Amino acid sequence: MTSNSPSEKRLEELREQAWKEGVVPGKGVDVAGGPIPRKPGYYGQPVVKPPVWTWQIPLYFFVGGLGGMSAVIASAAILFHQVDLARAAMWLAAVSGAVLSPVLLIMDLGRPKLFLNMLRVFKHRSAMSMGAWILSLFGACAVPGLIALELHSHHVFAGTLGQLIRIAAGLFIFGSAIFGTLLATYTGVLIGATVIPAWFLHRTLLPIHFGTAGLGSAAGLLELLGHRTAALNFLGCYAAGVELALLIWLSFDKHGAANRAIHEHRSGWLIRIGEVLNGPLAIVFRFFGLVPFAAISFLIGALVSRFGWIVVGKVSGSDPEAVFASQNGRVESAR
Amino acid sequence: MIGEGIQSTNQRKHSYVKDRVEVGFFTDPSVCIGCKACEVACKEWNQVPDDGFTWSGNSYDNTGHLGASTWRHVMFLEQDRQKGNQVTGPMGLPNPKSEIRNPQSDDPFRWVFLSDVCKHCEEAGCLEACPTGSIVRTEVGSVLVQNDVCNGCGYCVVSCPFGVIDRRPEPLHDAGGAFKCTFCYDRQKSGLVPACAKVCPTESIVFGRLDDLRARGAQRVQQLQESGYSDAQLYDPTETSVRGIHAFFLILGEPEAYGLPPKPQIPTIYLKSAWTSAFATAIASIIATLVAFAFFS
Repeated sequence: MTSNSPSEKRLEELREQAWKEGVVPGKGVDVAGGPIPRKPGYYGQPVVKPPVWTWQIPLYFFVGGLGGMSAVIASAAILFHQVDLARAAMWLAAVSGAVLSPVLLIMDLGRPKLFLNMLRVFKHRSAMSMGAWILSLFGACAVPGLIALELHSHHVFAGTLGQLIRIAAGLFIFGSAIFGTLLATYTGVLIGATVIPAWFLHRTLLPIHFGTAGLGSAAGLLELLGHRTAALNFLGCYAAGVELALLIWLSFDKHGAANRAIHEHRSGWLIRIGEVLNGPLAIVFRFFGLVPFAAISFLIGALVSRFGWIVVGKVSGSDPEAVFASQNGRVESAR
Repeated sequence: MIGEGIQSTNQRKHSYVKDRVEVGFFTDPSVCIGCKACEVACKEWNQVPDDGFTWSGNSYDNTGHLGASTWRHVMFLEQDRQKGNQVTGPMGLPNPKSEIRNPQSDDPFRWVFLSDVCKHCEEAGCLEACPTGSIVRTEVGSVLVQNDVCNGCGYCVVSCPFGVIDRRPEPLHDAGGAFKCTFCYDRQKSGLVPACAKVCPTESIVFGRLDDLRARGAQRVQQLQESGYSDAQLYDPTETSVRGIHAFFLILGEPEAYGLPPKPQIPTIYLKSAWTSAFATAIASIIATLVAFAFFS
């Protein structure tokens, strides 16, 4: 029989809580692995699988974006007869886009020896297949483009052959610029068109972020390499401005439990820190003329936010409630 | 059906592959006894490596979830709800605040077992995502991973709306590739029934022609509802972009409790908006660069 003493009331409360929630957290009591966990879904098991990708993929997003957009800067530099800048940009494009990127991607494969199977089929409905082709075509343009540009700028060949090499350099570099813009932006499609709630809910934002971060990174790295031109400063300002807008967009575009990996968890802080370094901080540095600081801030921000998005994907994919919420489902429990 | 002996579709030889007939699994938890013979048969026939012996503490389920080395998974749900017209014995003590008014005579509880498996979607996310063409559709409508082609890129893992396929980690046999239920395609080619259905002692897992199974499923739901299982329903998301599944389920209650997504979508439906954004960004970047060099040189 229940008595009305405070101690008995406390026991009643505990019983009530245990009945309702299946577990009673108390001071000094470790209830991890308690007997009746009531977790959302089937014992809190993930409904979709979180990504298996490791550090190589976010690093590839960074160097691929940087390399791809370097080719765009190289093309513009050639159009406006800035050959030194074009050479530096093409070196960046070839090294990071055509060498480092494939190496990182192959390292991440479960079976690296079978990497050539990526080019076995062409599937426009698979962003991964499109990415493999974009990267291959980018490499096939950037490397010959760089070689032709170097041959041309060192006047290795004279006469008709020299002219042909000049034309080839132009064609290859413009080709690499086209595939470069796609290389920098398709990665947003790659993770946007998946079943991970925090990713597909931001499928419009992601390509803008990845592409613009690539452009700003390319401009920033070229500035750090000694090309302090007004054009690159403008591009740095443009990229930081867009990133600031994206930071504001991300802060308003909330979807409750469905994308709480961005707003509630530590994983979201990586994105937030990255965006602050990319956007507001880079703008402030540029406003005060501290170009190297702005460039470093942007580069670090671009790298950190890429890692942030992958970590967010892992958190969001492991969260059954996020999947249910993104499909307007109820939160039922297996027990 | 039980009682048909070797004439049951779970036992008799067939020529579905040769005749290109769409086949499926119908899994019915109302007759499942939770024996896990399907899990054992699957592991043995397909030589799937063990992926650890751990105690989960989640009822009798120590398998956890479907994955690269778990192609059948028997779920154990323990819910404080009534199962059909079943009346369970007194379990609790009187509690005026509890939802249960008279626990001495009415303390509903049910233990539900359901054998989960790859759904073999009509529109399969993994198949669309695969960049190597390793994942294919077979003559019987199932989705098959060709192990010797898969290079382990991991894109199918984040493209499956049901969280079925996964990349097998080191140091397991054949690590690095993506694996999931093969629908025992090798057995089916020889006219045999998939291993899990063959061993199921209560025919909770039924293998057969998809159209037959759909009719049978609808009939079973009606039968159960008439016997008091008011929350019996079929789980076959035909109205979403997945457009139906070849391995469908009867469930008691809501799909969320089984870890099944209520409205699964194939991620290719997001491609249009994502690519539009990508092309717009590409064009904006080119324009910004040209503006930069034209006006700030």
